[in-house]
Amino acid sequence: MWEQIRVNKRNSVILLGLMGAALCGLGFLLGFAFGGGPDAGWIGIFIATCVWLVMMLVSLYGGDQILLASSRATPVTEDVHPQLFNIVEEMTIAANLPKMPKIYIINDPAPNAFATGRDPQHASVAVTAGLLGKLNRDELQGVIAHEISHILHRDILYVTVAGVMLGAIVLLSQIFFRGMFYSALGGRRYSSRSRGGGGAQALIMILAIIAAILAPLFAQILYFSLSRKREYLADAGAVRLTRYPQGLAGALEKIAGTNISMESANKATAPMYIANPFRGKKAMNLFSTHPPIEERIRILRTMAHGAGYRDYNQAFEQVTHRGGVIPPSAVKPDEQVGLRQGDASAQPVSPKHSHRQVGDIMRKVNGFTFIPCACGLRLKLPPDFKSRTVQCPRCKRTHNT
Amino acid sequence: MIGIITALIVLVLLVVLFVGIYNALVRLRNQVDNAWSQIDVQLKRRHDLIPNLVETAKGYMTHERETFEKITEARSKAMGAHSVAEASKAEGQLTEALSKFMLVVENYPDLKANQNFLSLQETLTSTENKIAFARQGYNDQVLFYNNKIQMFPSNLVAGMFNFTKRDYFEIENEAERSVPQVKF
Repeated sequence: MWEQIRVNKRNSVILLGLMGAALCGLGFLLGFAFGGGPDAGWIGIFIATCVWLVMMLVSLYGGDQILLASSRATPVTEDVHPQLFNIVEEMTIAANLPKMPKIYIINDPAPNAFATGRDPQHASVAVTAGLLGKLNRDELQGVIAHEISHILHRDILYVTVAGVMLGAIVLLSQIFFRGMFYSALGGRRYSSRSRGGGGAQALIMILAIIAAILAPLFAQILYFSLSRKREYLADAGAVRLTRYPQGLAGALEKIAGTNISMESANKATAPMYIANPFRGKKAMNLFSTHPPIEERIRILRTMAHGAGYRDYNQAFEQVTHRGGVIPPSAVKPDEQVGLRQGDASAQPVSPKHSHRQVGDIMRKVNGFTFIPCACGLRLKLPPDFKSRTVQCPRCKRTHNT
Repeated sequence: MIGIITALIVLVLLVVLFVGIYNALVRLRNQVDNAWSQIDVQLKRRHDLIPNLVETAKGYMTHERETFEKITEARSKAMGAHSVAEASKAEGQLTEALSKFMLVVENYPDLKANQNFLSLQETLTSTENKIAFARQGYNDQVLFYNNKIQMFPSNLVAGMFNFTKRDYFEIENEAERSVPQVKF
């Protein structure tokens, strides 16, 4: 059943190896081109390996903090949103994780979520205020289950490390292009020895340019295509944990229905989110970080007979007319996983109500105090409010702060 | 000489493989035990929650004496149970009584407007979910463990050190078989 983890780990190692090899190859070519000989090529490999190692260590021990900080996520305590904490604990229990992930809220009205960390012991889940305001309990459970699945499948480590590798390759090729630019500007020869074998030198130079252009492109395609597959797997895992595909489907519909982009997301963090945080680009292409959200919803809606990996695989084949997405070793033909009923009395959340809730959550995260007044109004005081008493603007009662 | 070295290397590899499998089995067995104790933790949490819930709701729900009695009775039965069969029967009754309680809450709009009760309601929903998910998680873990001790080559190590198959958690009540949802 959880063989999927092993498949995922193996793929991660293969991809990391490929990335490392690409990095070394690029380093060699760059050294060769600039230093003018195989000796300089070896130095290039050495430097590339150093960059690789440093990036690896940084991403392993500080990657999650870097990503959380760059997404402007704040760690929160239970009283900010008890339901969120309850749901995360429920999913932690269902997944048999050794420890509950740390919980962060991002002050952004666009609904989205991501998970990061090194392993299940050092994992974090971040959700936006918009997500908490717009979803009902079952839908929020679906989203959290999706993130917990990423933790369970060790996707979090993979995405962090692969993202850092991608950054390193892009960095090296940038250095190369700048180096070229400046040496062309200064009118310097590449090497004093190059006069003898000018033809070979030029050939190496062209190869180096091609490599420098292709390597980041190739790395990006690989990184993004794998992160797409991981989204399907995390969807399947979420359904297996909650036994309720409609919850996640409803959540994805609401996420797809919003047309605001996230301000706190960037190109490197985009593949981490449950759905693409950027709006406007509809076309599915090689660089898409996420599978089309409509397709994911249709797969989930098609699941009517069970919540196992096999059922997800069948729904996937039925909707996309492609081969299955679940590794064959994870699909047990005799696995029986029943569905459960949803919360029938769940009220649809009105846009006005959800808008107000989003604001309240953002204020709570920012340390606002709430004072309920007897007239039904709720006073919201900013953390830098100094005065000791405050007057209700509607009924003129005074309250102690 | 080369023969001896090869034999030694093969031996060392076998020992490493053996130790690896043994440790994996122990880890899995511990995870199964841990998942089992998680069910108990959640059941106890439900017991602790009930007095508070009954106290808050009693003032509003004056016509539901019978429902409260059923809840309190099932709770004390479950807490005083001596055998597993007795306990699981009482817990089943408690689940039933609580879901009935949550149905009649619908008739008391004043109670549903009470902030204190709303937060209790969320805690109760979550506790019921946690019980169900703890059972589900236990069964998943047992499936994984049982698969491991039946598959080659780990079945050899399992046989040597007496790793035995574990039973699934079965729910007697047919209605409770799906994850129970408390309806509000």
